[in-house]
Amino acid sequence: MKKSVFLGALTVAGLAAGAAAAGTLDDVKARGKLNCGVTTGLVGFAAPDANGTWDGFDVGICRAVAAAVLGDPTAVEFVPTTGKTRFTALASGEIDVLARNTTWTFSRDVDLKFDFVGVNYYDGQGFMVPKALGVSSAKDLDGATVCIQTGTTTELNLADFFRSNNISYEPVPIETNAEAQQQYLAGACDVYTTDASGLAATRATFEDPAAHIVLPEIISKEPLGPLVRHGDNEWGDVVRWALNALIAAEELGITSANIAELSAGTNNPEINRILGTEGTLGEMLGLSPDWAKNAIMAGGNYGELFEKNIGASTPIGLSRGLNAQWTDGGLLYTPPFR
Amino acid sequence: MSDIAFVRTEILPQKAPPVAATGFIGWARENLFSGWFNSILTVLSLAVIFSVLSSILPWVFSPTWNGTSLANCREILTAAGSVGEHGTTGACWGVIRERWLQLMFGFYPSELYWRPILTFVMLFVALGPILFTDFVPSKLIWFSGLFPFIAAWLLWGGSIWNPLVALAGFAIGFGVFRYASTALGALAAIILAALVPILWWVFLAGPVASGLSSVIPLELETVQSRNFGGFMLSITIGVTAIICSLPLGIILALGRQSDLLIVKSLCVGFIEFIRGVPLITLLFVASTLLNIFMPPGTNFDIILRVLIMVTLFAAAYMAEVIRGGLAALPKGQYEGADSLGLDYWQAQRLVIMPQALKISIPGIVSTFIGVFKDTTLVSIIALLDPLGLSNAIRADANWNGIVWELYGFIALLFFVFCFSMSRYSMYLERKLTTDHH
Amino acid sequence: MTTLTDPPKESFRLSMLIYDTRYRSATIQVVAMLGFMLLAAWLINNTAQNLNALGKPIDFGFLGESAGYDINQRLIDYSSRSSHMRAAFVGLLNTLVVAVLGCLTATVLGIIIGVLRLSKNWLIARIMTVYVEMFRNVPVLLWIVFLMAILIETLPPPNAFRGENATATMVLSDSVAFTNRGVYVPEPLFSRSLGDLHLFGESAVRFDISLDLVVVLIALIGGIIGARMVKKRADRIQEATGDRPTTWYLVLGLIAVPTIIVMAALGFHLGYPALKGFNFQGGTHMRNSLIALWLALSLYTAAFIAENVRAGILAISKGQTEAAGALGLRPSRIMRLVVLPQALRVIIPPLISQYLNLTKNSSLAIAVGYMDITGTLGGITMNQTGRELECILMLMLVYLVISLTISFVMNWYNESVKLRER
Repeated sequence: MKKSVFLGALTVAGLAAGAAAAGTLDDVKARGKLNCGVTTGLVGFAAPDANGTWDGFDVGICRAVAAAVLGDPTAVEFVPTTGKTRFTALASGEIDVLARNTTWTFSRDVDLKFDFVGVNYYDGQGFMVPKALGVSSAKDLDGATVCIQTGTTTELNLADFFRSNNISYEPVPIETNAEAQQQYLAGACDVYTTDASGLAATRATFEDPAAHIVLPEIISKEPLGPLVRHGDNEWGDVVRWALNALIAAEELGITSANIAELSAGTNNPEINRILGTEGTLGEMLGLSPDWAKNAIMAGGNYGELFEKNIGASTPIGLSRGLNAQWTDGGLLYTPPFR
Repeated sequence: MSDIAFVRTEILPQKAPPVAATGFIGWARENLFSGWFNSILTVLSLAVIFSVLSSILPWVFSPTWNGTSLANCREILTAAGSVGEHGTTGACWGVIRERWLQLMFGFYPSELYWRPILTFVMLFVALGPILFTDFVPSKLIWFSGLFPFIAAWLLWGGSIWNPLVALAGFAIGFGVFRYASTALGALAAIILAALVPILWWVFLAGPVASGLSSVIPLELETVQSRNFGGFMLSITIGVTAIICSLPLGIILALGRQSDLLIVKSLCVGFIEFIRGVPLITLLFVASTLLNIFMPPGTNFDIILRVLIMVTLFAAAYMAEVIRGGLAALPKGQYEGADSLGLDYWQAQRLVIMPQALKISIPGIVSTFIGVFKDTTLVSIIALLDPLGLSNAIRADANWNGIVWELYGFIALLFFVFCFSMSRYSMYLERKLTTDHH
Repeated sequence: MTTLTDPPKESFRLSMLIYDTRYRSATIQVVAMLGFMLLAAWLINNTAQNLNALGKPIDFGFLGESAGYDINQRLIDYSSRSSHMRAAFVGLLNTLVVAVLGCLTATVLGIIIGVLRLSKNWLIARIMTVYVEMFRNVPVLLWIVFLMAILIETLPPPNAFRGENATATMVLSDSVAFTNRGVYVPEPLFSRSLGDLHLFGESAVRFDISLDLVVVLIALIGGIIGARMVKKRADRIQEATGDRPTTWYLVLGLIAVPTIIVMAALGFHLGYPALKGFNFQGGTHMRNSLIALWLALSLYTAAFIAENVRAGILAISKGQTEAAGALGLRPSRIMRLVVLPQALRVIIPPLISQYLNLTKNSSLAIAVGYMDITGTLGGITMNQTGRELECILMLMLVYLVISLTISFVMNWYNESVKLRER
């Protein structure tokens, strides 16, 4: 008698799922919402506030894509994922794009059948230790207890690093950053290792950040970027160029402050092409002409997103480093909009 | 000779018993210090109670209700002078003040909070005729039957026609049964009554519902199930799983008792399989595999998948509870039903099940408590139940580093829910046992 | 006379499959079987299609590849170069360790608490009630993370043991250290070791057994058997003559002497933990994650077992206690010799399901980073290889086998203590 909620809901779900075979872009447009996978919570990158509104650097990418496709940066459903569930959520079509500081690796790209559309943060795995420990290099860590977050590339890098340096360690696997922080602060582990950005973000929230140092060794390359399912190139292009638009906007000096003024038309043809006053770039992507303008207006250009969420003025206080524009000696280098 | 012997002629007034045997002292001597061993135990336990309370209470009573962030709490505590050797000592209750609504409702839109609250109140009205048979008019059982549909509509919103059309499936099934049982006979009627509604749901319900809602649009704002969170999610999962698993559990229990070898072994296999694996593996199936088992292109959201797996999980336990109820019925009931000439289904429906379900209620309640507690496991697959939300809250820069306040609050709420339910189940057990004497 | 004719030969009609009770059950069974097989075929077909679309056909080959990650608690040799299969085996052993430890302590605690709940001491009975209600009504996952947090926050880090003005000290004459990384206890060492017994060659389930331990155990078990024979003989003498010979020194000697001799011959000594570098070295390290999980599971399950024990004791009629009291037994002996043995028969069946629950709940190890089989096979391995279907199938199979084994063993034990009714 009472089984119908289940059956009724199932039929509804079955109906709703009918169109999943079409292209992701059409799906998103038809749905009017972008389903974006984020972490369950990482300071500066993605966390819900008291009203349930998500905020952060990765969240900014999601909003930019939503604004580019749907013209509305709030038309995003954020789907929290763990290290374990993120890939299946993407592969099964539950989310359209995964922006969850995911490292671009060969096997994820090739074996797990995903497409990384670019890099929104160049990171590397580092170590944080209390200053009082008197350690200045990761090579001094023989016999140390190391806290690592499981379900990431971190634990593989760590095993490789200690093995190649022929020193021993004691891994303490931990599910979330919050727990790792607790264990590290209580001295249950000597070292906390994760991406350098995560270390800085974590250190920033300590009562006494100056008592902890991040060791100079960066033991891995961690290009973090948004990814989509393999095989849907139209959708991959949309996400890739939405990200590129943010980066190019910073390079060309388009900010959320001057974008209204610039979109009236400028002397720089590339700015005009990006903002849709010249050429048909939007049409080629299957989007409206002002797609990139919407994306940039969603949260500002790459630099603005960075400063607002994780930059030097925030408690996290990351410097641009590798993530500066190529013109400033960083690695951000977007292909031309032409 | 004069008799000098003293003879008391009147009875002395009763003396009060010695101080050591009455009042608090007497009670304490009887119950706390009745021997050296008991005395030691008493003193020890007093010491334990004192040490626990003296360390917890100052922490609990901390003036941080208005704290806006952990750093702010620390300032308030420092100003209040609660500083120990490891920094400030005292809870930071500001996080609860700021986030308690989120811990309750997750990301459910705040202007729509009345919907889950109303549903929760209606849940008690619906449970009344089942749980408190003495005080509630039994006519309300109709409402209990309708409740799942109303609840689904209130919680998820959307067109009212969806639940109505789903409900119509049962009405159609019942109508078919009534008609066919006179025209074709009992067994054919049951088969038809099972088949026709399924055909209705699969092929007709969707178009009919959308057709009706285009004619008479009567809608509540739709709320995506991924906005469900906090205790509302726990309760939704728990209640849905129990309601849905009841019919499944009955079928499984009957199957396990049946003489038909294949039916029996299928049921036993299912029950033992589900009971043999941990819930977390079933949740892994929900989060990673269920979509793979469905036809290509199907995709339904994670909450629904979790509901399915938790329902299957609860059904196996429910089957065992109901089997216990069936076994507890005296054999005379079965024989009596047979001697009246009732066939199997009539006997089950009119005689066996009403009694078996009644004595199973305490077991069902404790199954529910178990399932409700187990809903915390969904945090491992990234659903934002209270425990999952506590991680998300700790990822907020303001509240990074908070531990005990959130765990304590969550534990307290779970305790209140589960304790009251287990008390109810005990009350019921007592009532049921006296019925037999 | 013989007007009876043969009953008319019934021709078989299709409708008889439903209406004739002779065929009906067969019909239902066939229909059920067909339904089940259709469902299974549908699921398998869907799965095959989906996996093909994902380009991940079922393949267990990944189990032989090198795992690439380290595991902290390993009872057998394992390194990041070992295979995923080996990692799963390490995890399985860890699951079994915590399950066995948990079942033992939960039983002991549960019996003590169950008995104390019926104590005449008002305060003790109340405290135990509070304990039981507290643990039963809060999810076990919450208890696990809670206990882990308590261990981490309240115990001193190894650093605190260091230097001149150390704030923490080792206990039991410097042999045991309680730190927030776990407890370090002395480990048994043999200076004239017999070496190890290597089982299963080079396969993923290869296993070393210390021969020293085997020999010591043999000596101990031999001693216990000898002691029992002495006791039996004493019983016989008592039955025959009424006098019981004093045997305690014989029993003690039989148990202790051979074991001590063997241990001395092997050069038994204890290896003490000592602070070296970042951590304590030497001794046996019981990690926080193990302790938190073990404690939480035992305390949680003990609350349920206590209720079963209480119910079992209450089920024994008061006459038993009174009769035992009339014989002059002390209350503790009444409980131990009269009430508990009888209550055991009521307690064991629910105890089985508690053991099963505890074992299954040990899969929550993932919350505190204890590397059980859910953490290795169902966690990191699944994550790194993306082989969800294979990993989860194996995981379920393992738990199923463990559960069925526990029920089998406990049911067999239950049969053996059952009241023999004649």
